[in-house]
Amino acid sequence: MLLIECPYCGKRPELEFGHGGQAHVARAKNPADLSAQEWADFLYMRSNIKGVHAERWRHTHGCGRFFNALRDTTTDHFLATYKSGEPQPAVAAGAVGDGGGAAGAPDDGGRDGGAGTGSTSGDRGGAGGGSAEAPAGGAQVRP
Amino acid sequence: MQPFSGLSLLRRGLSGQRGWQPQWRRAEPKASYDAIIVGGGGHGLGASYYLAKEHGLRNIAVLEKGWIGGGNTGRNTTIIRSNYLFAESAALYDHALKLWETLSQELNYNVMFSPRGVMMLAHTVHDVHTSKRHIHANRAAGVDNEWLTPAEAKAFCPVLNIGDIRYPVLGAALQRRGGTARHDAVAWGYARAADSLGVDIIENCEVTGIRRDANGAVEAVETTRGVIRSPKIGVSAAGHTSVIMKMAGLQLPLESFPLQALVSEPVKPIFPCVVMSNTVHAYISQSDKGELVIGAGTDAYTSYTQRGGLHIDNHALEAICELFPIFRRMRMLRNWGGIVDVTPDRSPIIAKTPVPGLYVNCGWGTGGFKATPGSAHVFAHTIARDEPHPINAPFTIERFRDGHLIDEAAAAAVAH
Repeated sequence: MLLIECPYCGKRPELEFGHGGQAHVARAKNPADLSAQEWADFLYMRSNIKGVHAERWRHTHGCGRFFNALRDTTTDHFLATYKSGEPQPAVAAGAVGDGGGAAGAPDDGGRDGGAGTGSTSGDRGGAGGGSAEAPAGGAQVRP
Repeated sequence: MQPFSGLSLLRRGLSGQRGWQPQWRRAEPKASYDAIIVGGGGHGLGASYYLAKEHGLRNIAVLEKGWIGGGNTGRNTTIIRSNYLFAESAALYDHALKLWETLSQELNYNVMFSPRGVMMLAHTVHDVHTSKRHIHANRAAGVDNEWLTPAEAKAFCPVLNIGDIRYPVLGAALQRRGGTARHDAVAWGYARAADSLGVDIIENCEVTGIRRDANGAVEAVETTRGVIRSPKIGVSAAGHTSVIMKMAGLQLPLESFPLQALVSEPVKPIFPCVVMSNTVHAYISQSDKGELVIGAGTDAYTSYTQRGGLHIDNHALEAICELFPIFRRMRMLRNWGGIVDVTPDRSPIIAKTPVPGLYVNCGWGTGGFKATPGSAHVFAHTIARDEPHPINAPFTIERFRDGHLIDEAAAAAVAH
């Protein structure tokens, strides 16, 4: 079970949280203007990164608030958690966060498998517009 | 290929089991192929077999980053059924089930297909309604499925506890043609049969890039064992599909989650069928070795680690102990995870992609093993003809744009 640091409440066990999927998927300011493909991109297409993943969590059985996290999906180590609306922090893949989590060696894919993807969730095309959650000039993750 | 028969087994048995040859060659990659399959699981190996057998291609390679059958093919709980709600799904999964029934003869390799019956329990009034709707839909589509009363369910699986529990058994849907098969044998059987038709099975060969020509069409893959040219590339990489497709600049509606399973210590035959419960989330069968094979759920978060949290397994075991009190003192031998690629509608994608020459078979989520022969068969058709087989025609990437979802997610409401 993962140990997750809620930015409001501190470290709590995973069972208190709900996973909210990829972070920084901005809803269009003018949804009526989107094409069918842009809607599909917004609703369904996901980066599914093997490496550092920006994702939303909700402290469902705690403060109830959403926040964002950077987690390495090749190790499940958290690199950072941050409040919604804050820019995505710059961290390096392989830097072991203090969030703990499942211990052990990386799987056969290793950490290098996801490195160099260079795509942050903030640059997803098609969603259009901006939102309070979009990284405002935040550093791009370049693992 | 040395054919297996009663006589050949007897002869080797009397001569100390000497003289068996490797079941497939250890192939070295050639400079180019007519078609390349990325991913040496059951789906990929099967596709190479049908490409060679039914579509006349002989110059084919299967590239596997580890060893064949070492991914989800060797990690699932081996359950086979075809009782899906929607007509598109039932056609696809029943196509597979019909191929399962003769697969051992087809491959001359015993995949130990055992149609012992898959019984899906109903615990609430809503479950009963949903189950009966599935049964009616299946029967209208020509797929067997029948309703059992609680007493009939207990007669079919005597160790089942049908009363005096938090979620008592109110009935069950039984597909008698469903059952299990030996998952390793499926990979090995397809590998052996494909190899005998000239397919090169190349292990320890990880794809690291996809090269495209000036028109955007695929022309080669870059691998840890060099560049291999091919005008057709079929990706059958399960949880790593997103990683491979990104090499061609494509993003798919997939998320990869750990799915866990576990087995008990082996015991004498006690469990005659497969039992699944969506509501309390447990599924269980007994392997021919005697282990109880128990399926747990997916973890909440995306991951590529092939492991997950122990609370997921505990949750499944709580349900097992309630439904089958006889197993409460059994010990579990081991648990593991596999990485499953899940689509928003929980139906697979078997389709051409926007990149010419690139084909994808993915999105099987938590239930791909049962479809192995059917999926491989129609994927081979799609690659060879550059157009889908009628059975996989609805399973496109574009359905997410066009709104033609095949929403088994809503139909089952759980992993399936």
